[in-house]
Amino acid sequence: MSETVETGVRPLPALGPNRRLKLPQQAERTLGNGLTVIAVRRSAIPLVELRLWMPFGRTHLARGGMLAQTLLSGTETYTATQLAAELQKVGGGLSAGIDPDRLMLSGAGLVTGLDRMLELLADVLTGATYPADWVETERERLVDRIQVAQSQPAHLARTALLKRIYGRHPYAVQTPEPDQVRAVKPPVLRRLHAERVHPAGAVLVLVGDVQPEKALDAAERALSGWKGEGQPAELPPAPPLEPGPVLLVDRPGSVQSSLRIALPAVPRTHPDHAALQLANLLFGGYFSSRWVENIREDKGYTYGPHSLVEHSVAGSVLVAAAEVATEVTAPALLETMYELGRLAALPPKPDELEQARQYALGTLQLGMSTQAGLASLTSAYAGNGLRLDFLAEHAARLAAATVDDVAAAAARYLAPAQAVTVVLGDAERVADGLAALAPIRTESP
Amino acid sequence: MPTRRARIPATKYPVERFTLDNGLRVVLTPDRSAPVIGVAVVYDVGIRSEPEGRTGFAHLFEHLMFQGSENLEKLAHFRHVQGAGGTFNGSTHLDYTDYYETLPSNALERALFLEADRMRGPRLTEENLRNQVDVVKEEIRVNVLNRPYGGFPWLTLPPVMFDTFPNAHDGYGSFDDLESATVGDAADFFRRYYASGNAVLAVSGDVDVAEATALIERHFGDVPARPAPERPDFTEPDLTAERRTSYTDKLAPLPAVAGAWRVPDPVTDFAGYLPYVVLAEVLTDGDASRLVERLVQRDRSVTSLGGYLGFMGDPFDVRDPTALLLQAHLPPGGDVDKVLRTIDEELDRLATDGLTEGELARTQARMATHLLRDTDAVLGRALGMAVLEQQRGEPGLMNELPRLVGEVTDEQVRAAAATLRPERRASIEVIAGGAR
Repeated sequence: MSETVETGVRPLPALGPNRRLKLPQQAERTLGNGLTVIAVRRSAIPLVELRLWMPFGRTHLARGGMLAQTLLSGTETYTATQLAAELQKVGGGLSAGIDPDRLMLSGAGLVTGLDRMLELLADVLTGATYPADWVETERERLVDRIQVAQSQPAHLARTALLKRIYGRHPYAVQTPEPDQVRAVKPPVLRRLHAERVHPAGAVLVLVGDVQPEKALDAAERALSGWKGEGQPAELPPAPPLEPGPVLLVDRPGSVQSSLRIALPAVPRTHPDHAALQLANLLFGGYFSSRWVENIREDKGYTYGPHSLVEHSVAGSVLVAAAEVATEVTAPALLETMYELGRLAALPPKPDELEQARQYALGTLQLGMSTQAGLASLTSAYAGNGLRLDFLAEHAARLAAATVDDVAAAAARYLAPAQAVTVVLGDAERVADGLAALAPIRTESP
Repeated sequence: MPTRRARIPATKYPVERFTLDNGLRVVLTPDRSAPVIGVAVVYDVGIRSEPEGRTGFAHLFEHLMFQGSENLEKLAHFRHVQGAGGTFNGSTHLDYTDYYETLPSNALERALFLEADRMRGPRLTEENLRNQVDVVKEEIRVNVLNRPYGGFPWLTLPPVMFDTFPNAHDGYGSFDDLESATVGDAADFFRRYYASGNAVLAVSGDVDVAEATALIERHFGDVPARPAPERPDFTEPDLTAERRTSYTDKLAPLPAVAGAWRVPDPVTDFAGYLPYVVLAEVLTDGDASRLVERLVQRDRSVTSLGGYLGFMGDPFDVRDPTALLLQAHLPPGGDVDKVLRTIDEELDRLATDGLTEGELARTQARMATHLLRDTDAVLGRALGMAVLEQQRGEPGLMNELPRLVGEVTDEQVRAAAATLRPERRASIEVIAGGAR
């Protein structure tokens, strides 16, 4: 027996002990007008992040889009330009965005300007004027933006997928048509603002170099005068997925095909959620997943495949997405279905699960390590009725999920028989290959 | 209301620097406000250094650095980082290539091991090379070929502005060049540029300096010493006559235009350079900025607008030659000439009349917020300081940037604006081939 030592091999260093998940100092208050304010302390930099989440479900698509586009177009006190300049003075800025669940105002600024930013925020909420000339400018800009979006394959694939998943549900169409946008006039916006931009049910999140109680006081001083009540618009639950033929949306001349696969999922609070999250990681939810290792690192079909559980107020869905070379469209779909099927049919290996678990736990820590990350997380949770404490609960569930739990979740949620599949690509070149794998139905966008 | 001038705050991230015997420079910047760390290794080689006939090679090589190394099989790097709860990536720039991880702080030694292992040598095989050529081609299709405005203007404007291969060529690379790349090319590239003496390691976040120093010595100390190659001279003369081209983008629904002007050397003339960084924001940051007010709101001649330093939006991590860029999308049927003329007019007005009361101070306050916000992410500090060390020997500059930006004067911004003359401008127009 030789005594040689393997000098070339250096061992991988072990990890140190796991750091405990430590929640930041925070405070919460519900104001008399119904606004919930959550303040979280992270003092590493002298800034404050602001997120105002307002429930906005069941809003007319074009009107809602235009309201977000023009909410900062001026108030009784300031023109849009003055408003932007006043915010800049304290290093601040605000932007508005909308989706089928909510209207969101977000921004960040020097923490010394928190009072001023809140004052200006209140001015917008209580006194936005939607001046006609601005609305006209912004209307055309929104139309331009929609046209640019409609020229992008990712947008077209998403649009087709939403329509296929949601049918007649309000989530089915999330981008208005240019003509609908052109029909939106200032009085309509003022009315929509009066009806829906309300403190009741809204959540303001402030994260930064603040004393949480003092930040709540500042918010209360600035925003108590924001009034208005309305009927909360309840969204109907999202419909269950209805599997069917692969929907092939034609994009002649496309040099890649956009694959989109939707699978059922559950909300964050569901007992299966942690196991589902882990199953999703194993499939395609991170780089070291089966799907990425297969279709990218082994086959070279694609650059950035990924899968994600998307949570909305009316339901959750798992979406897997990849842009693949046109000539390998069918083989890429074949490998995708194979990896889904393998996970749904066979339990994962314990070390594979440990790796995904560490990733899920570690990225929780990373996500909380900046003001911006904390603000977005706190706001997303609050919009779904959760608080940061949920992180600890979720971490405990991730830590406890067994191979059996994850295998059961994979069988329940990732089975390819339940998949809703949309492919956007050059139908002439990809239809035959896809038809060899599954029934297909072809559409023009 | 009297003008209120916000006091520009500063960060005080500590900075420790040292150099190992093999020439590897190290920057440590501890901050224990969250249990996470950033680890970055930056090599002083980028798009400008790739050889003729090998466009896109620096980026392709970056991919190869993830394909296994002395003690690690293919896929092992990804699994070890993510299995420690971390995230990773790399990116290729004009003047450098970076590799980085963000991790819970209990994974410090593991991250150092992984970076040291590939610094000793990646596993360069024919199979991995072919696989990654395919992956890179898909990356180019996603980001350039299959979408509107692909590569605009970062790939399309340099060949208008510059004449020499290093500055003008397509950094993503042609498919022909990518397919021609060989394992031998990769081995040469590694030997020449991926030398310990040509690299900087930075570690930020929840670390103890003494402990981190010992671990760095342990893992990087025996990386073979190789000196940095001499950096070629990439300078080019400034333009003396306007350059203007156009091309049709068959997917683009709206016309677009980008213009660029050369700026002072960001490294050797930082004081002369900084006013241009501020000028770009005065012109384009938000609804109260000059060009947004004029072009978007008053004239309605553009629908969106941006202004920044560096072709890759990299004001503080690029060397000379570089540029100030303005880019705009126009409404359907928009007139690019008119937009360029209006920009000239506004620059002229700024150069002649100067800034309005408070205009500079508010822009600087906003810039401070952006700069500070970038430092909050642990990885932002590691990456930023690594490049500042590499290009300037001054990682602590990160703490100073908000203040230095705040010290730029009206007169300096005005003088900077005065140099952005049409005869020094290179511009490129996108003709909307996909207009409906």
